[in-house]
Amino acid sequence: MPLTTHLVHQYLRHDKKFPHVWCPGCGNGIALGALIRSIHHLGYNRDDIVLVSGIGCSSRMPVYVDFNTLHTVHGRALTFATGIKLARPHLKVIVIMGDGDAMAIGGNHLIHAARRNLNLTAIIMNNNIYGMTGGQHSPTTPYGMRSTTSPYNHIERAFNISELIVTAGAGFVARGTVYHAEMLHVLIEKAIQKPGFSLVEIITHCHIQYGKLNQKGTHIDMMKWQKDHAVTVEKAQKMTIEELKDKFTIGVITDQNLPIYYDEYEKVKQRAQLSEK
Amino acid sequence: MTSIKKDRMAERYEIRLSGFGGQGLIFAGIVLAEAIGIYEGKYVTQTQSYGPEARGGKSKAEIVVSDAPILYPKALGVDLLLAMSQNACDTYFSDLKPSGKLIVDSTFVKESPITDTIFIPFTHIARTQIGKTIVANIVALGSICRISNIVSRDSLQKALVGLAPKGTKEVNLKALNAGIKAAAKF
Amino acid sequence: MTQKAKMPTKNDTSKPILIHGNQAIVEGALAAGCRFFAGYPITPATEIAESMAVRLPKLDGTFIQMEDEIASLGAVVGASLSGLKAMTATSGPGFSLMQEILGFAYMTEVPCVLVNVMRGGPSTGLPTHPSQADVMQARWGTHGNHTSIVLAVSSVADCFSITVTAFNLAEKFRTPVIILSDEVIAHTRERFIRPAAESLEIINRVKPAVPPEWYIPYEDTVRGVPPMAAFGDGYRYHVTGLVHDMHGFPTENQDEIRAFYKRMGRKISHYAAEIQMVNNFYTDDADITIIAYGSVARSALQATETAREKGFKVGLLQLITLFPFPCRHVENVLHKSKAVIVPEMNFGQISQEVKRVNSRQCPIIRLNRYDGNLITPDEIFEKIHEVL
Repeated sequence: MPLTTHLVHQYLRHDKKFPHVWCPGCGNGIALGALIRSIHHLGYNRDDIVLVSGIGCSSRMPVYVDFNTLHTVHGRALTFATGIKLARPHLKVIVIMGDGDAMAIGGNHLIHAARRNLNLTAIIMNNNIYGMTGGQHSPTTPYGMRSTTSPYNHIERAFNISELIVTAGAGFVARGTVYHAEMLHVLIEKAIQKPGFSLVEIITHCHIQYGKLNQKGTHIDMMKWQKDHAVTVEKAQKMTIEELKDKFTIGVITDQNLPIYYDEYEKVKQRAQLSEK
Repeated sequence: MTSIKKDRMAERYEIRLSGFGGQGLIFAGIVLAEAIGIYEGKYVTQTQSYGPEARGGKSKAEIVVSDAPILYPKALGVDLLLAMSQNACDTYFSDLKPSGKLIVDSTFVKESPITDTIFIPFTHIARTQIGKTIVANIVALGSICRISNIVSRDSLQKALVGLAPKGTKEVNLKALNAGIKAAAKF
Repeated sequence: MTQKAKMPTKNDTSKPILIHGNQAIVEGALAAGCRFFAGYPITPATEIAESMAVRLPKLDGTFIQMEDEIASLGAVVGASLSGLKAMTATSGPGFSLMQEILGFAYMTEVPCVLVNVMRGGPSTGLPTHPSQADVMQARWGTHGNHTSIVLAVSSVADCFSITVTAFNLAEKFRTPVIILSDEVIAHTRERFIRPAAESLEIINRVKPAVPPEWYIPYEDTVRGVPPMAAFGDGYRYHVTGLVHDMHGFPTENQDEIRAFYKRMGRKISHYAAEIQMVNNFYTDDADITIIAYGSVARSALQATETAREKGFKVGLLQLITLFPFPCRHVENVLHKSKAVIVPEMNFGQISQEVKRVNSRQCPIIRLNRYDGNLITPDEIFEKIHEVL
């Protein structure tokens, strides 16, 4: 049996009424595939995985996979994940969000989760638009682009998710694209294994909303754009600012060891119990 | 919530400690309530009101004492009012019962609208005899103990020792005794 | 459960202690088995968080201060889904923020306890003064169809025992339970004797007895409360804030939608009688009955005692359960009394509920105070006098 067939049988919920909600050509399936491959490769027990999501297209991911799955409210997935991880520290808690979910309504939770450095892995699907609600601009919609709520072109500047979260204090931040699918599951694997808060930003496309409104072509055209504009972190170090002007980096952006919330809280417990005696 | 026995309803004794924030009036209120409620076994309720600022501003703590369960937990007619600032004295004297006692910190309160007001310089005593103005509240508690008979010196000492932060027990007990002594003439 | 649960030991004696309502809520929660607290500082509820920060790590429990109240309730729901008894505490502004995730907890049937120490509002309002103006928000604050369990506390002893009850109800009915306290109860210190641990009835959620492959997470059981597996127990299932079928998957099938809402309502309404708690004081022969709750019930009882002393037939119905509204108990006094007085620190919220169930044309007199001060016994007595 080919690996993909095996993974489909092992990890997708056979009792869920497929088909899924994603449009043909969407990058969410590629990301979900990468996530499943990385978990399979790491050999984790499905019982120990909790997949938590917020609201939006990408946040529908948990319903299809056979883990402990929690589909929460818009923007707040990380808060639920925090409670789960603190209550049962042996669980691997992975949080899937979209760019609107994580950066607009959930922006505050994201920076605090990064600062707190609890063992959580956040995956943000960044397609520069609100897809599910019909193409409104998000905090990562570039300046000058069109959305249904910026019909005369967008007048705000975009957040750079990965750089923001590095600044917020995360120990591990990586960026990938759905075009670079092979690299993606390696990045996710590293992120899950990293103690502390880790983030993988996945550049993806919404050819149905963003692409159509901005004449970006089909999903294939948009994936070609990812291929042409992504530069590995290593390669980027040798390039000039001029050369990097319309490029973005992929790979591991930061990887450092910082005090982990759970370990620190264990020390708090010890100090508290010592004071009792 | 328990019903009160009717024959005991009138036996409420109400104390209000007032001044400005930072004088430790709420702490003094807790000590007094603990002394009466835990060490003397009477029913007490202890409440406070405070402003948004941690220091300065008006601050007051109230203790209601009774032999029966207390329903309304705040003071209705004050039997004993401690005022540690002029402002508190001016604001609260009108809540005193006609038979109520007014004790003021004469370090800060220069004028009282009530003729038989007891003037004791709590803060001055704390500064000169103990070397710490911060224990003026405990000096005042000592004087209240002596003047009111609402609580025994023994209970007050026990409560104070139990509640005072580490390393301050001695200085607090010294302040309490200074307060008891200062009230001897009243 | 893999974690070992430590029980509170220190101060575990029958020696009286002097504590305020917020501390008593913490003691009650810990006695009930609460081992997770997430919160955000707010007057006049902060002492609950502070006390939890001291006590929980000693019991191998977890305290966390989150970035806001939304995050706090989110973490509480996450912890409960992972098998811990969890709670948060806040006041009006935080309670408003929590409504979003409160709705999620109703929808996904996650047991948890939420304390709202009421202060004057709306908005920042009167942070250091009591109020009872969040009663209807506790009932209807989050959007959509839902049934709520809302309990009111009147004393330090209540804060302990009602918190234990709140956890029991949350676990038994798989629902959030709201405790309404107020600034007066929160900060009034009273003598308290902790009941012996053995004397407390502690209810824990029912876990699935079937193997994972047979587990139906949102099954329609006799009581309407499905057994709840914790994440990590080997029962991999889906939890969503979307309306879901009994397997937990989103549904748009109208039969499944109807069945879902019916069960959600039924699991509370069919057992309302065991949730509705009241205290009757002198109501048997009362011509005038006061209906009160929270700190105001204290003043009401004092006024009732004064009236009885003077020979007036006055009684008090103290509501502990505000929702599901104790209709039977209220109807009973409406039937027997010539008039009912409802004193509240708001514009009149429970009085509207009393009017709603008043089929006998009993005069209902409101007494409302909203100046940041507790209604006094004298004010209630004066109203009794007016009515007589």
